[in-house]
Amino acid sequence: MSSPRNWREYPRRYRYEAAVCKKCGKWFFPQRLVCDSCGHREFEPKRMKRTGTIVTHTIIRTPAKPFADQAPYAMAIVQMDDGPRLTTQVVDLNEGQLKIGQKVRLEFRKVNEEGKSGIIHYGYKAVPA
Amino acid sequence: MRDVAIIGVGLTKFGELWECTLRDLFVEAALKAIDDAGVDHIDSMYVGCMSGGLFVGQEHIGALMADYLGQGPIPASRVESACASGGLALKSGCIEVASGLSDIVLVGGVEKMTDVGGDECTYALATASDQEWEAFNGITFPGLYAMMAVAHMHKYGTTARQLASVPVKNHDNGSKNPTAQFPQKITIEDVLESVMVADPLHILDCSPVTDGAAAAIVVPADLAKKLSKKMPVKIIGMGHATDTIALHSRPDITTLGAVVKAAANAYKMSGKGPKDIQLCEVHDCFSIAEIMVTEDLGFFEKGKGGPAVEKGETRIGGKIAINTSGGLKSKGHPVGASGVAQAVEIVTQLRGEAGDRQVKGARIGMTENMGGTGASAIVHIMEVM
Repeated sequence: MSSPRNWREYPRRYRYEAAVCKKCGKWFFPQRLVCDSCGHREFEPKRMKRTGTIVTHTIIRTPAKPFADQAPYAMAIVQMDDGPRLTTQVVDLNEGQLKIGQKVRLEFRKVNEEGKSGIIHYGYKAVPA
Repeated sequence: MRDVAIIGVGLTKFGELWECTLRDLFVEAALKAIDDAGVDHIDSMYVGCMSGGLFVGQEHIGALMADYLGQGPIPASRVESACASGGLALKSGCIEVASGLSDIVLVGGVEKMTDVGGDECTYALATASDQEWEAFNGITFPGLYAMMAVAHMHKYGTTARQLASVPVKNHDNGSKNPTAQFPQKITIEDVLESVMVADPLHILDCSPVTDGAAAAIVVPADLAKKLSKKMPVKIIGMGHATDTIALHSRPDITTLGAVVKAAANAYKMSGKGPKDIQLCEVHDCFSIAEIMVTEDLGFFEKGKGGPAVEKGETRIGGKIAINTSGGLKSKGHPVGASGVAQAVEIVTQLRGEAGDRQVKGARIGMTENMGGTGASAIVHIMEVM
């Protein structure tokens, strides 16, 4: 991944920065330039609360190359308490915690790294709340 | 707008075709379609290809294929809509003929997937999801469909045996298809005991990595009988819709909204409904996809797709024959070609040329091709003329 792309994604990946439509109040993560509900084009940046609930989940046993050293790992779609949904790894799980309805919290973690001299990608992973 | 018909079809063998290049595959299928129709030229062509760039490092595929088909300087376009690229090629060709711009259009699809390793292939396929906000975090394509399966099982009580019934049925159909990549029959136990890829999907719930190509010749319906001796098949309905690129953005992930919308448009255009469809090729990239699609096309009530396949209602001779070709699962899934290959199967069936897997008295058939996690869906309804 290019350095500029990595850098421009910091606000979302590091600070959970969403965009809230100034007209209808809908939250978007990541940000958009036009609201898909009301068509408005002005947004206010806001940090999402880090808490949410698992909507569905899986365990990845055959990953893509950048995640080869992490498999098997759990993933879920999380409904954030502020409204947006996102797809994330779920880590630090005890048995029985990978389930629909499980409350989770996003934490800052290493996502993967591009070999020995490439970019180290950081971002969010969910842990049981 | 003019009515459109298919007068010729062609298909390569599907499989790990080490000796064939991307262009070899496409040209073989295209020549077969041209010969099948018996036309001496084509006016234009559309090539569906999902990722020539990531699979073999080749873009600009429209011009390449026109060149190697010996049809330059005709206009030729590569169209892309992930795994629905083939369906999009068919739609594009139909529009060009319907508009009156061209009379004889070749629509094809091709993918050469086995020149890259497994993890590179997983990466290439994952680009059909939201690369920045899904794949970046580690999700794979089987993983996304696995999350649909978990949600569907939770909401409707769909079981692992019901999921497994999909590949068992499709391999049974594929065993009667000479072009199928994996024609061997399998059992429910084979599926449930096969290695887990993304819980609850086993490897035998997943369509394979495949090299292959498919092609068809589309012409104005009123010229069909003049241009070809083959029995023409009319395209009576078309539907194309999109949904959010990320699975997580959808309010209900147990329904494929684009499939519902595309089908509604195709039904409206054709004046037909789900009860009129005798056979349908659906996009069974994963077992859960076939269950959800048979519900979303209106063949079964929401939540009843699992019990229906388990009871045999989607077998040849059942209530509606689903994936008589063996589907993506048994026939193989060269991603850019699959949408056209589905149409090839329906034409073959409606002509009565499907041999041991023939649906008796088939007159109306349908194809449902989708890209990504259903962010693109393209539906065609076809009828004997």
